[in-house]
Amino acid sequence: MTQQGVRWTADQVLALAPDAASREAGSRLGVAATWSAAGSSGDGVVWGLCEGSGGRPYRTVVDVVGVSGPAYECGCPSHEFPCKHAIGLLLLWAGGGDAVPVAEAPDWVERWIAGRRGRVAGKRTASSAGVTAGPGDQRAARRRAEQRAERITAGATELEQRLADLLRGGLAGAEQSGYELWEETAARMVDAQASGLASRVRDLGGIPSSGAGWPVRLLEECALLHLLDQGWLRRDRLPDDLAATVRSRVGLSASADGPAVRDRWLVLAQHDTADSRLTTRRIWLYGADTARTALLLSYGAAGRAPELALPVGSAFEAEVSAYPGAGRQRVALGERFTPPAPADIRPEGVTTSRAAVRYGEALRADPWLDAVPVTLARVVPVPDGDHWQLADAEGDTALPLSAPAGSRPGLWRLVALSGGAPVRVFGEFGHRGFTPLTAWPAGPGPAVPLY
Amino acid sequence: MTRTPTPTDARVPTPVTAPPGAWEELVTAALLGTDRRTPPGCAPGAHAPTALLDAAAAETVRRRAGLRPAPAGRRPEPAPEDRRPPLPAAAARRLTTLLTDRPGTAGGGRRGTAPDLMELLPQWLAAANAHGFAPPPEALPALLDAARGRTDLRPAALAFAGPRGLWLARLNPDWRFALRATPGGGTALPGPEAAEQVRRLWEEGLFAERVALLAALRSRDPAGARALLASTWPTERAEDRLMFLDSLRSGLEPADEPFLEAALADRSRNVRATAAELLSALPDSALAARMAARAVTCVFLDRTLEPPAIAVEAPHECDPGMERDGVVARPPSGRGARSWWLGQLVEAAPLAAWTSRFGGRSAEEIVALPVTDDWQGDLHAAWCRAAVRQRDGTWARALLGAPTAPEAGGPGAVSLAERAKLLGTLGPDERATWVAGFIATHGLSEAFQLLGMCTVPWAPPLGRAVVDALDIARDAGSYPWSFSGVMGLAERCLDPSEAGRLDGLLAIPDESEDAAPGAGGYWAEAFQRLVTTLRLRAAMAEELRAG
Repeated sequence: MTQQGVRWTADQVLALAPDAASREAGSRLGVAATWSAAGSSGDGVVWGLCEGSGGRPYRTVVDVVGVSGPAYECGCPSHEFPCKHAIGLLLLWAGGGDAVPVAEAPDWVERWIAGRRGRVAGKRTASSAGVTAGPGDQRAARRRAEQRAERITAGATELEQRLADLLRGGLAGAEQSGYELWEETAARMVDAQASGLASRVRDLGGIPSSGAGWPVRLLEECALLHLLDQGWLRRDRLPDDLAATVRSRVGLSASADGPAVRDRWLVLAQHDTADSRLTTRRIWLYGADTARTALLLSYGAAGRAPELALPVGSAFEAEVSAYPGAGRQRVALGERFTPPAPADIRPEGVTTSRAAVRYGEALRADPWLDAVPVTLARVVPVPDGDHWQLADAEGDTALPLSAPAGSRPGLWRLVALSGGAPVRVFGEFGHRGFTPLTAWPAGPGPAVPLY
Repeated sequence: MTRTPTPTDARVPTPVTAPPGAWEELVTAALLGTDRRTPPGCAPGAHAPTALLDAAAAETVRRRAGLRPAPAGRRPEPAPEDRRPPLPAAAARRLTTLLTDRPGTAGGGRRGTAPDLMELLPQWLAAANAHGFAPPPEALPALLDAARGRTDLRPAALAFAGPRGLWLARLNPDWRFALRATPGGGTALPGPEAAEQVRRLWEEGLFAERVALLAALRSRDPAGARALLASTWPTERAEDRLMFLDSLRSGLEPADEPFLEAALADRSRNVRATAAELLSALPDSALAARMAARAVTCVFLDRTLEPPAIAVEAPHECDPGMERDGVVARPPSGRGARSWWLGQLVEAAPLAAWTSRFGGRSAEEIVALPVTDDWQGDLHAAWCRAAVRQRDGTWARALLGAPTAPEAGGPGAVSLAERAKLLGTLGPDERATWVAGFIATHGLSEAFQLLGMCTVPWAPPLGRAVVDALDIARDAGSYPWSFSGVMGLAERCLDPSEAGRLDGLLAIPDESEDAAPGAGGYWAEAFQRLVTTLRLRAAMAEELRAG
């Protein structure tokens, strides 16, 4: 792997920043004069000394190709992660030129790499040790699982009662009762260790204030929640895959048990959603050989960026294995054989009609699915009143953009990229509409992240 | 809330709903509650809510599984082709970084040693435009947003944004300013269609569009712009006439005289005054000759004095002829009427008239003549305004005097603001040399306004003068923020090749007894930022050359 191959673009670096303020602070530090003794190892470790206003410069080092995403270390006291120095250093490196030459790693960098790789190896040994647990441990684990299932069953039963009460009195009353009723119910589901039920219940609370058409949406979500309760209560009578889907939707985590699939994975999109507790990062991958779309989830505590970060438009060779459940779309990242490098792979695309069919088919395996990942082959962004849609370049059908997608800056990047001509767009499509995440121009050109 | 809800939102994909009505009935029953309304196909009683939820679940999944694409709306016209070559990759990355920087969000307070990227954007845009590069399309929204927030950026940003930028601006009301700034929304066509389009926009356009159209036409076809203006002149409103007339300021030519002379009889006083002002900027115009005839009767050389001096006899009245030629009769409060009239006559008279009035003396000799009875201030100020209006370098030079003269730093007959305007009539090198001399003598505290008149990057003598003066200010023991204005200008205007000369200033000096506490460290930081910014500007220029 040449140095050029490992180098990221400024966009990719800026995507690592936890918030806008550190993006800006990092941009200011991405200039040669701020740094001394900067260098990179050619296999993805970048380091440098940042001259602060204080006496001693901060030592900053980044392992760009860490096993679970980039790893950072900086001598500064910042709580941001990665800190502005790490962002600045990566920007300088991404900028090319002689600012960050390939060099021998100094001692302090060597020590950090050695320590880090030791830790990762230790973790791996620990997890493989779990697989060979003795029969006594297995019995204890089974007992714990049974206890938990009983709690969830109690929770689901209680939830069914509450839903029935709601429907008996009428949804019209839900507008007045507000969040509190739902928050309390959600707390009961957390006690029942059913995090999936809890978050669905919490979402119900927001629907009555979500604008026109809320009764329809509230009925839909209540009905699907009821369906999930019923699925759980009768899980032993469901086909295996559907039962696995129900278990994961209810909130029981399983481990990725699918066979390892090795491919050259294109990073299709990376986007974060955050609530007060947790930042969830969704990374969509596309296998160049298998033409398979897979989802990586990564989490960070509130206010911190999840540790796994992969630059959109780059590709790397790795093994992934699927989690149980419908479509086996969610995967865990296994061994990585190459670092992410810019690639000109583009995912196969379909028409808007085909995209709609795909969502319908996916619902058969997972009726709770809000959207499926899909690439539209040749579409044109078209204004539609106050909203936008993506229309097939050949044909007269279109998918409307989802409401949040229509109000994000990414929409305008997509429109600008298209200029009225067909583009290839990857995104998520479901009953709320299409959410574009990444686009490619009609001619040659790199992927443009829209999120 | 009991009204029947709309079953589908127009924006979401169209669900297939068969049998029609079943879903609506479920929603109605759910809204009212099963105690009041039994859902279709269910028995009333304890199990009704569950039956309703079962039916709704099946119906929800059915509706979602049956989603179909919506009919496509009317497509936008494709964006016109941009024939400029794309930005080199490194320059495109730089643009992203520059556009990411927003002022006032990075913690505020002291800037430290990091450069202010937003301040470099104008320069970057100018350079990219000079090279004739096209922007990456996906950068256009951020570019238009930046131009929206900063009017000073707009001309360069819109030029760089090019045809696709305008195409995009037409789709987003937030960027409407881009269409106002470009007549016809950038759909400029060659040949007779263009003339027809210009005519239509002139007759039907909004006021701002018409002003922009006239200004754009004036810059490439002065006579055509004049003819367009004349075609509707009598029907325009007074305040519109004033704005339109103002557009003749650029590219003013002797052929404009008849039109302007006619405007001297306009109903509006402001229009008359502007027409007179424009005519007086044409030294060969009849108005200029009339004003010269009036002015020279008021100013003469009194040879009885030793040495001879200029004597002034200001007008005793403002007659109708003067008023018709744009002289404003009523002085502002606190100003004597006679000196007010005199100032206007001298300002509007061609400067050449004074050479013959004073026996063939040069501008320099005339300015050097003493003036009796405290009239020097009024007279010299009026000559300054005339020199600026007539863009007369010889007179400007004479009035500026030597930069090293003690009165150049003020107070003198010519104020700093007037000197700055006079500098504008000189060539870039002469301007830079004059300001360098001024700074070497008078220091930096008065130089800000003058520096703003100099071309970027600063010529070597000017750059050296500024750096030396900053060095002296540091040694004098003050804090750098007393010079933050000049420091900021230096970051943007110094020639990047000067960065090496600053190395000696980066170290923190030993604190002397009379220095302000800690000042040395702050100065070192300020100079570090200066050097960092200069290096960054050099890198930016290099990246754009890489195309």
